[in-house]
Amino acid sequence: MYPAGYRYTKDHEWIKIEGSIGTIGITDYAQHELGDVVFVELPKVGAQLESGKSFGSVESVKAVSDIFIPVTGEVTEINSLLVDSPEKINQDPHGAAWLIKVKLADPKEVNSLMDAKAYEAYIAEKAQEQGA
Amino acid sequence: MSSKLTETEAPPATIRKAGRHVSQNEGLIFEKSAPGKRGMELPPLDVPAVDPATALGPDFVRDEIAGFPEVSEIEVIRHFTRLSTWNYAIDLGMYPLGSCTMKYNPRVNEHVARLEDLASAHPFQPADVAQGCLRIIHDLRECLLTITGMDAATLQPAAGAQGELTGLMMIRAYLATKGNPRKKVLIPDSAHGTNPASVIIAGYEVQNIKSTSRGQIDTDHLRELATDDVAALMVTNPSTLGVFEERIAEIADILHERGALLYMDGANMNALAGIARPGDFGVDVMHLNLHKTFSTPHGGGGPGAGPVLVKKILEPFLPIPLVVKKEDGRYVLDSSRPQSIGRVRAYCGNFGVLLRALAYTLAYGSGIRQAAEDAVLNAIYIRKHLEDYFDLPYDLPSMHEVVFSDARQKRNGVSTMDIAKRLIDYGFHPYTTAFPLIVPGAMMIEPTESESKEECDLFIDAMRSIAQEAETNPEVVKTAPHTTRVGRLDEVAAARKPILRWKG
Amino acid sequence: MRYLPKSPSERKEMLAAVGVDSAEELFQRVPQKFRLREPLALPRPLSEPEIIEYFKARAAENAPGYTSFLGAGVYQHHRSVVTDSIVQRGEFLTSYTPYQAEISQGTLAAIFEFQTLMCQLTGQEVANASMYDGSTALAEAVLMAERITNRKKVLVARTVHPEYRQVLATYAKNLGLEIEEVGYTASGQIDVKQLEKEKLASAAAVVVQSPNFFGVLENIDEIAESAHSEGALVVTTIAEAVSLGILRPPSAADIVAMEGQALGISPSYGGPFVGVIAAREKYVRQMPGRLAGQTTDAAGRRGYVLTLATREQHIRRERATSNICTNEALFALVATVHLCLLGKEGLREMAMQNVAKAQFAIAELEKIPGVRRAFAGPVFNEFVLEFPRSVKLMNAQLMREKIIGPLAIGLHYPELTKRGLLCVTETMPRPEIERLAAAVRRVLENPV
Repeated sequence: MYPAGYRYTKDHEWIKIEGSIGTIGITDYAQHELGDVVFVELPKVGAQLESGKSFGSVESVKAVSDIFIPVTGEVTEINSLLVDSPEKINQDPHGAAWLIKVKLADPKEVNSLMDAKAYEAYIAEKAQEQGA
Repeated sequence: MSSKLTETEAPPATIRKAGRHVSQNEGLIFEKSAPGKRGMELPPLDVPAVDPATALGPDFVRDEIAGFPEVSEIEVIRHFTRLSTWNYAIDLGMYPLGSCTMKYNPRVNEHVARLEDLASAHPFQPADVAQGCLRIIHDLRECLLTITGMDAATLQPAAGAQGELTGLMMIRAYLATKGNPRKKVLIPDSAHGTNPASVIIAGYEVQNIKSTSRGQIDTDHLRELATDDVAALMVTNPSTLGVFEERIAEIADILHERGALLYMDGANMNALAGIARPGDFGVDVMHLNLHKTFSTPHGGGGPGAGPVLVKKILEPFLPIPLVVKKEDGRYVLDSSRPQSIGRVRAYCGNFGVLLRALAYTLAYGSGIRQAAEDAVLNAIYIRKHLEDYFDLPYDLPSMHEVVFSDARQKRNGVSTMDIAKRLIDYGFHPYTTAFPLIVPGAMMIEPTESESKEECDLFIDAMRSIAQEAETNPEVVKTAPHTTRVGRLDEVAAARKPILRWKG
Repeated sequence: MRYLPKSPSERKEMLAAVGVDSAEELFQRVPQKFRLREPLALPRPLSEPEIIEYFKARAAENAPGYTSFLGAGVYQHHRSVVTDSIVQRGEFLTSYTPYQAEISQGTLAAIFEFQTLMCQLTGQEVANASMYDGSTALAEAVLMAERITNRKKVLVARTVHPEYRQVLATYAKNLGLEIEEVGYTASGQIDVKQLEKEKLASAAAVVVQSPNFFGVLENIDEIAESAHSEGALVVTTIAEAVSLGILRPPSAADIVAMEGQALGISPSYGGPFVGVIAAREKYVRQMPGRLAGQTTDAAGRRGYVLTLATREQHIRRERATSNICTNEALFALVATVHLCLLGKEGLREMAMQNVAKAQFAIAELEKIPGVRRAFAGPVFNEFVLEFPRSVKLMNAQLMREKIIGPLAIGLHYPELTKRGLLCVTETMPRPEIERLAAAVRRVLENPV
């Protein structure tokens, strides 16, 4: 379910690295928690983002979630598809509904993030805590 | 949703509270418009007519307002009367909404608000011909001070949230005179959403303080958090769980020792009026919601009023103007208060709401305690009869409201929202589902003193029946309501592609 | 007690059911030392006739039988008795905020109509379900402009209502907003020459009122052109909503903060009223307050819901666009019903009558030696007159004839002594205008 090549954060973001470009989105777990997404707030192309900071938000009817960037970099592209079709995040969170692409300042930053297996274990643990 | 209820969807025949009725269809008023129709005619002009282009200048004159309604008087009456039949209201039955205090709105309040010379009073009328209005504000203030045990008050804020903001600004002004306005305000994780929002507008940062496992403020955590950076703690008492903060005096002491202040959100005052006074247990500043405790009508969302009451130390910072009674018995508006935080609303506030609250207070007078007793009795009575059916996350004595959770029903996939929606089929308005955040799947129930034993029993019957349905027929609960004009509405579509006006 | 539906025996029964002997036992958790032992020192309970008597006595202490020429943000207009027949219905009066849409369609449909009417009136694309009043709507509109532009400076015309400016100052203080006032010209309008490029370039918004506090109409298009060229927004505040029956709406403004009191709401000594924020659609997510949106249920039936709630305090808490929760819904309904009754032609006719009455009053009063208009700009239904002596003293004498004269504006504008703001609406009978003119003439001739 969670693409093997991606890296994951505790806040349920994923990042896919291709050279020095990172593509970032939110995970299936996150979209499921939020419910039907109605709106996405994204930064502007060219914005300089600092690791750990919020770069936007994803809104459902009853909740809004900040999205945090796990690396430092400059925004090179934002996914304009999400402006008219925010529901894509629910439908294809790991693929077509990527949020932004950044030029990484330091590609090695991703090494401290979880891989697919570690992330799956992490959310399984969370599910247990909540007694779901 | 089919309008024909199957046997499994209709509430059991033994439920007596509500049946079904024919409901009129009705479009928007714009859809009934046709050129040339009018609902109101004016007396003819008794001065020479003027050409607007000449009097104002042609650039200032507008074209006709495209799409503006054109309907007759009877169409207006029918339109809004039909719309009104689509609403639930206190006049129809209980709203068990926790923290809202949906009590009876006395009709005499509406009558006196409309008395000529009160309704037509202009806020800039010279004080000599506004003594009636000024005295009303003064008399209400005196009553509220007596009820709360505080020293001074402003009646200017237009709602509880504005009262919170006003109180926080006064705290800031006071601490500034002490040399340091400080940076943060502590908010319990069980607080109403307006609390943190108000903190930000007052220029402070929010810091969350944990509740104990019993849902009370964690005094150890408070000791840890209450540094020199903390200006105040905003507490709701009784809490949003409906439980009195037993250690409130200790909480006040901890704050005062560190030069911080205790703010009380008075939304739950309905449990305390005539029973205990916040001024006695260490509160420095608080607001009241007149549209909650003091019976002024909610009217579909407002108006309200949020008077702020303070201890003497904060009196200099009250908003201007203040109503002052002079030695000769005359009332005046005093705006020469150099330390005032300024004005939070034009004129004196929501005067018409203040007037209604005074009428309510005069009706109860010294007997006001009875309302709190009945409110608490109703809540505890309901709690006792539902404790075996719903999960009670915090098992402390309730005051005027009780908070259950949907934990048991969740096992069958039925949530608090589903139960709330099914309650509609039983003839009730839902309880509060949105908070407190410390109770996942919260069901916050506040009956108020306006409910008879009969209505409480009908509510208990309904909730028990729904609990049973959650076990035996969860689908009927999850897809409720079944008996309303419209079923659950598509809120996702409404938020994705908002349509916020008629366009024609 | 007539508001409590319990008989003594029912109370007993319920107390027994919860296992206590007396109501006192229900409050065990409140520490002993805080529990009141005596009834509060309030007057004895009053019956309904006594309550009515109390308030009738208060009404008699106000201004019975006086004719008032006050405007200044609160206006007397004809209102139909039909409005109260509707608004007094329990289903509207005693209903709650429409969070549970299925049983609040009446309120929600009416809010949707209100939002539409406000857009039509103001020439804006989206309007909310109400703010507290014009003064706080203005403060919130400025905060909205700050959020949109990320700029901290605001240029505010001195011709904006003094109490609106006071409220704005109170809100701005704690948020690091810098308010700079902009003066006015001999015509009584904002001095656009003071809107220099450098100032505009760092301003979130230019705030202007039209008709302004002097009653004079402002040229919003001109102001908008300058402001927009430097990236500043235009916030227009409107205190006299009936003016929009005849005046071109401020479509060039980015945000309109309006007071709706003139739309069928009694003056009621200053409140409750209804504020509105209307703006360009692209700013809707920055807008405070509730919004009603159209949607459908699963069977395709049209219905309305509160929407875009993630802007609001109950979801976003400390990051909300505003802390507003309770608004002025019932008075938004009053305005809605009133406008539906007046309709397209009625509102225009009412507005034109205001213009006609004001022009007549100006002509009559300017016949008096020493009395003349203070400002040359065009006016709707109120205007500032210059008098040869103190307006306060003149008013004291007029009061003896049961006339409440023009508002002395020297208090708020120290440079404008001997000037009074006078309002004449469609409700002012011609004989009363003539009586005012005669009385003013007499008083000025015989100063005491």
